[in-house]
Amino acid sequence: MGDPMRIRAQAQGDKAVVRVLMSHEMETGQRKDSAGKTVPAWFIQEVTASHNGTPVFSALWGTAVSKNPFVLFTIRGAKAGDKIVVTWVDNRGDKRSDEATVV
Amino acid sequence: MNKLIVAAAGALLWVGVAAQAQKSAADGIAEYRKMLEDGNPAELFEAKGEALWKQKRGPKNASLESCDLGKGPGVVKGAFVELPRYFADTDRVQDLESRLVSCMQMLQGFDGAAIANTPFGRGEQDNVTALATFVAAASRGLHFDLPQSHPAERQMYEIGKRVFYFRGGPYDFACASCHGEDGKRIRLQDLPNLSKNPGDGVGFASWPAYRVSNGQMWGMQLRLNDCYRQQRFPYPGFSSDATVALGVFMGVNAKGAESIAPAIKR
Amino acid sequence: MVSRRVMLRHSAEAAALMATAGLLPTTASAAWPQAAFDAKGLADTVKALGAGAPQESKDVTLTAPDIAENGAVVPVGCACALAGVKRLALLVEKNPTTLAAVFEVNDALEPSFATRVKMAQTSNVYAVALLADGRALFAQKEVKVTLGGCGG
Repeated sequence: MGDPMRIRAQAQGDKAVVRVLMSHEMETGQRKDSAGKTVPAWFIQEVTASHNGTPVFSALWGTAVSKNPFVLFTIRGAKAGDKIVVTWVDNRGDKRSDEATVV
Repeated sequence: MNKLIVAAAGALLWVGVAAQAQKSAADGIAEYRKMLEDGNPAELFEAKGEALWKQKRGPKNASLESCDLGKGPGVVKGAFVELPRYFADTDRVQDLESRLVSCMQMLQGFDGAAIANTPFGRGEQDNVTALATFVAAASRGLHFDLPQSHPAERQMYEIGKRVFYFRGGPYDFACASCHGEDGKRIRLQDLPNLSKNPGDGVGFASWPAYRVSNGQMWGMQLRLNDCYRQQRFPYPGFSSDATVALGVFMGVNAKGAESIAPAIKR
Repeated sequence: MVSRRVMLRHSAEAAALMATAGLLPTTASAAWPQAAFDAKGLADTVKALGAGAPQESKDVTLTAPDIAENGAVVPVGCACALAGVKRLALLVEKNPTTLAAVFEVNDALEPSFATRVKMAQTSNVYAVALLADGRALFAQKEVKVTLGGCGG
């Protein structure tokens, strides 16, 4: 389980803009370390999010997503006080969930 | 409504394509940097630093919440824009990172010298960077106002000025070689003139910063360390007087400038 | 004779070990489209995603800078408000593997997503909308990648 995500969910009218920063190396599997050995691929493959318990967001990522990934999506029909839970799963099977309240 | 938005976006795209030819490289870079401001991975380090500030750690199993960063024990907001400054308990002018190490030693029982000898990005040195990010973030938007009331602070300013203009190393470089004049740049990076007040969010006002090129969080100590590397000088010791003096020189020169730290950089 | 309780605990521990070793199929690996993430170029990637030949369309929006100071972090966005859009994807043509990300589109979300991608070199970037009827529509832009100078 990695370091905590930073989730900001801001109400804008009847929607909530959700910004997530995740702490992850996102190794492509192309890089070689200082000893010349290839660093194995290690990256978030799946990101999901729920709104008040209902799954709303689902994305599949490859190695091209940047280190310490950022993602922005907008949930319809959301308001201040609603609960957002974001989960990521990486290619090692590690996962991490964090939650935030819409402000 | 959605169709209107899509149509408007499409129209903007076409206008954008036409204007592209006239946009300079500098404008393009500015647009790129602006797009990155929304969601700075520095926030991850800020959150880590805040947790470390409050967590009981070290041989003394204490938190850093009574650490005096210059505005009184535990006062975090506003501390960053008044550093470096003189501290009576250590009888030294100290910058943010060296002061954090002092507090880690005095309050938590860590070995300050060992932390200073730890490479950047490892062990407790990594924690110092996160803590520095947290403290800097608490002063975002405030304006630099380093004290120069103590004779040691004034002396460090003069030393910093000498260090800034000191030419040495195999290329005969000084800080001033790159940062001593207006309007200089290296390839696509504009070089701020640090011998005077470069303005809001420029130079001194933007470190600590998250560097996208290596995904690392850099405090001012690492920034200066890397400047020395680029000049092919020997590396300065962590929080050595020379580095603190440079901080005083740049910080006092930046008086009134708005801090945007922690920022995001190439 | 091992009690049932002990045996169940051992099975649970073994399963947990296998899961952390990546030997049990997780939800991620079951749904992750390996072929699509291995494909090179716009056409092959879209085909691997199960769609028809991609067509350029003004109804798809790609947000990307003209120049990226560093290819490690390039902010990109994709959007398409057409009815029937099921997925939005971001592609970087000249990357070792073209597909960067795929976002599910549904009524609970605005059909608009932003993230940051790594670009190996100056390349065309595509936002692709995959529709329920099998069509693939895209917008493209060339993003220049520079290394930049030595400073801050």
